[in-house]
Amino acid sequence: MSTFGKEPVAVVGVGQTKHVAARHDVSLAGLVREAAARALADAELTWADVDAVVIGKAPDFFEGVMMPELYLADALGAVGKPMLRVHTAGSVGGSTALVAANLVAARVHRTVLTLAFEKQSESNAMWGLSLPVPFQQPLLAGAGGFFAPHVRAYMRRTGAPDAVGSLVAYKDRRNALKNPYAHLHEHDITLEKVQASPMLWDPIRYSETCPSSDGACAMVLTDRAGAARSPKPPAWVHGGAMRSEPTLFAGKDFVSPQAGKDCAADVYRQAGITDPRREIDAVEMYVPFSWYEPMWLENLGFAQEGEGWKLTESGVTELDGDLPVNPSGGVLSTNPIGASGMIRFAEAALQVRGLAGEHQVPGARRALGHAYGGGAQFFAMWLVGAEPPAS
Amino acid sequence: MPRTSRYARDVAVVAFAQSDHLRRTDELSEVEMVMPVLHEVLAATGLKAGEIGFTCSGSSDYLAGRAFSFTMTLDGVGAWPPISESHVEMDGAWALYEAWVKIQTGEADTALVYSYGKSSPGSVRDVLTRQLDPYYLAPLWPDSVALAALQARALIDAGETDEAALGAIAARSRAAAEDNPHAQLRGDVPRGEYQVAPLRTGDCPPIGDGVAAVVLAAGDTARRLCGRPAWITGIDHRIEAHGLGLRDLTDSPSTRLAAERAGLFEAPVDTAELHAPFSSQEVVLRKALGLAEGDAVAVNPSGGALAANPVMAAGLIRIGEAAARIHRGASDRAVAHATSGPCLQQNLVAVLEGDPA
Repeated sequence: MSTFGKEPVAVVGVGQTKHVAARHDVSLAGLVREAAARALADAELTWADVDAVVIGKAPDFFEGVMMPELYLADALGAVGKPMLRVHTAGSVGGSTALVAANLVAARVHRTVLTLAFEKQSESNAMWGLSLPVPFQQPLLAGAGGFFAPHVRAYMRRTGAPDAVGSLVAYKDRRNALKNPYAHLHEHDITLEKVQASPMLWDPIRYSETCPSSDGACAMVLTDRAGAARSPKPPAWVHGGAMRSEPTLFAGKDFVSPQAGKDCAADVYRQAGITDPRREIDAVEMYVPFSWYEPMWLENLGFAQEGEGWKLTESGVTELDGDLPVNPSGGVLSTNPIGASGMIRFAEAALQVRGLAGEHQVPGARRALGHAYGGGAQFFAMWLVGAEPPAS
Repeated sequence: MPRTSRYARDVAVVAFAQSDHLRRTDELSEVEMVMPVLHEVLAATGLKAGEIGFTCSGSSDYLAGRAFSFTMTLDGVGAWPPISESHVEMDGAWALYEAWVKIQTGEADTALVYSYGKSSPGSVRDVLTRQLDPYYLAPLWPDSVALAALQARALIDAGETDEAALGAIAARSRAAAEDNPHAQLRGDVPRGEYQVAPLRTGDCPPIGDGVAAVVLAAGDTARRLCGRPAWITGIDHRIEAHGLGLRDLTDSPSTRLAAERAGLFEAPVDTAELHAPFSSQEVVLRKALGLAEGDAVAVNPSGGALAANPVMAAGLIRIGEAAARIHRGASDRAVAHATSGPCLQQNLVAVLEGDPA
């Protein structure tokens, strides 16, 4: 057994497409190559510098291509190299980054390109997510139909005021105006408009729901030597973890799943975080429906149980608050499903690299990237920092 | 001690289990197929699901005919309390690779790997066309047998094989499968009519449903869990261009490169489990791996994919079968191979070794 421990992993390149409702101008290959080329340009590396490619996306049915990594090998410069394809439902973008990071941490490879994408315009994701009988019992239409009852349970449990969800949406959509890659740029957004938007899945309104996006996100991960050559500041991985639990079982807490708590605890332990609220400067969390911000604030240990909505209501999670959540605009503003988790991870990296542009949190030194998927059962998180990890 | 200087940690396959591979399993859901195999492989190690450090599976939504199909089979694992877990939309051999990497990081000492495929509900020949280039190739619906036949024709034209030799490969595989209680096709299987010339029915794999599972463990844990661990002394995988016109279909440079990286050519092997669903593909793989006809190497003693080919699990089964031979002392150094994509586009090679008796 090695006594050397893990190789430190650094993010030295980030690339995204401009996320939009439909990228009719590019093929799947064109879409992923655009993000990958931008990540390489950010790292000032070339395709030849990449040792392996790790790609992730949500169900293949969303584009109608089975195991599309086979067809995308050429576009991602993977020919002659190892290529892995991860699929862990909505958390996949995060899981994909973690699988790529492990290749570096295990010293199997030195520099890895990781990428996640979805081209939702190729199909109808809502019905793609609505599983027909006999595979399982009807769960209403789309992801919103699945999650709305759990939001309602949160509201009942905590007594949170009805308006909290709209505050999250209003914040995230305004943050998105500062992010040139965000899908939704609603320049005329007001809180009143959010609150007057149609009810989709009670209590979730249209403006409190993520859009359907076409987009890709890529990162270049490398080892200590690679980071030393990086022309721009790297983001260092201080901790990363995945946790899973079954979809449905008696005793499952859908409001605050144990797998999410365990995953966060593992990441904080690796990163030496004992007080996440004080020690973490920015959070990119997976909030596809507005109410998941206060729910995850509790699940991730930023607030006591029942208190998450108070952070949102008091403005703590605003871009200029003391715990900015989703400065990029989040999933509520951009949702290429398979890529959404990786965007969270990449935006966290941009924050600690000081490269987030207009939505930069001043002085961010440690940031959390978070993704979840399935029936609130798959979790992937990483914590990145401006300094190399201590060990 | 095994000859592992290549990696940070010594990791071995310590247990392998598989289902019987059947033409149809209409009465079973995927969870019901997976559960007994998981129980069997864990029982072989004495570990409970909660004691496993990392779990990783491989499967395809396109076989299941529904999105997120793997979320249901997770129920078969018993992921409560929550577990550290991941999934690849690839053959289980690549799930094993992800788990092996996880153990290499030191974050886990043991891993449960499983994969499954249920081809019976659909037409797998047509389903597999959906993994081709969606703009230029998939609209033509060239099925998996037709593409393999193109490859076989290229081999015959190049003088690398002939139809009689292909028939002999198929016959040898099904004869070997006589000793494999899990095999779907065994014994004297007629060569049959041309499916797509030059490939006859006998040159093609059976269509069926099946499950495989493996437990990996590191160092002393492996020694504690298994009398003779099958050490993974090398593992690597490589992909080639997707466009068939860009490739020499008579060769498999990705297999050769993966084998080099896995250290295969540093010493002879006595066993080769090759994931060659079509008889002609064994010819390509033998060439890439330097396994000449008439060598002392036992090629596909399990019968290989020509005897049982549960899509998404057949590659993991090759690793499992090679490891099982080491476990029972029938092999000291074996190579296992897995493939994915049309005409062997992507290939994984693992070298497994047992401690000297």
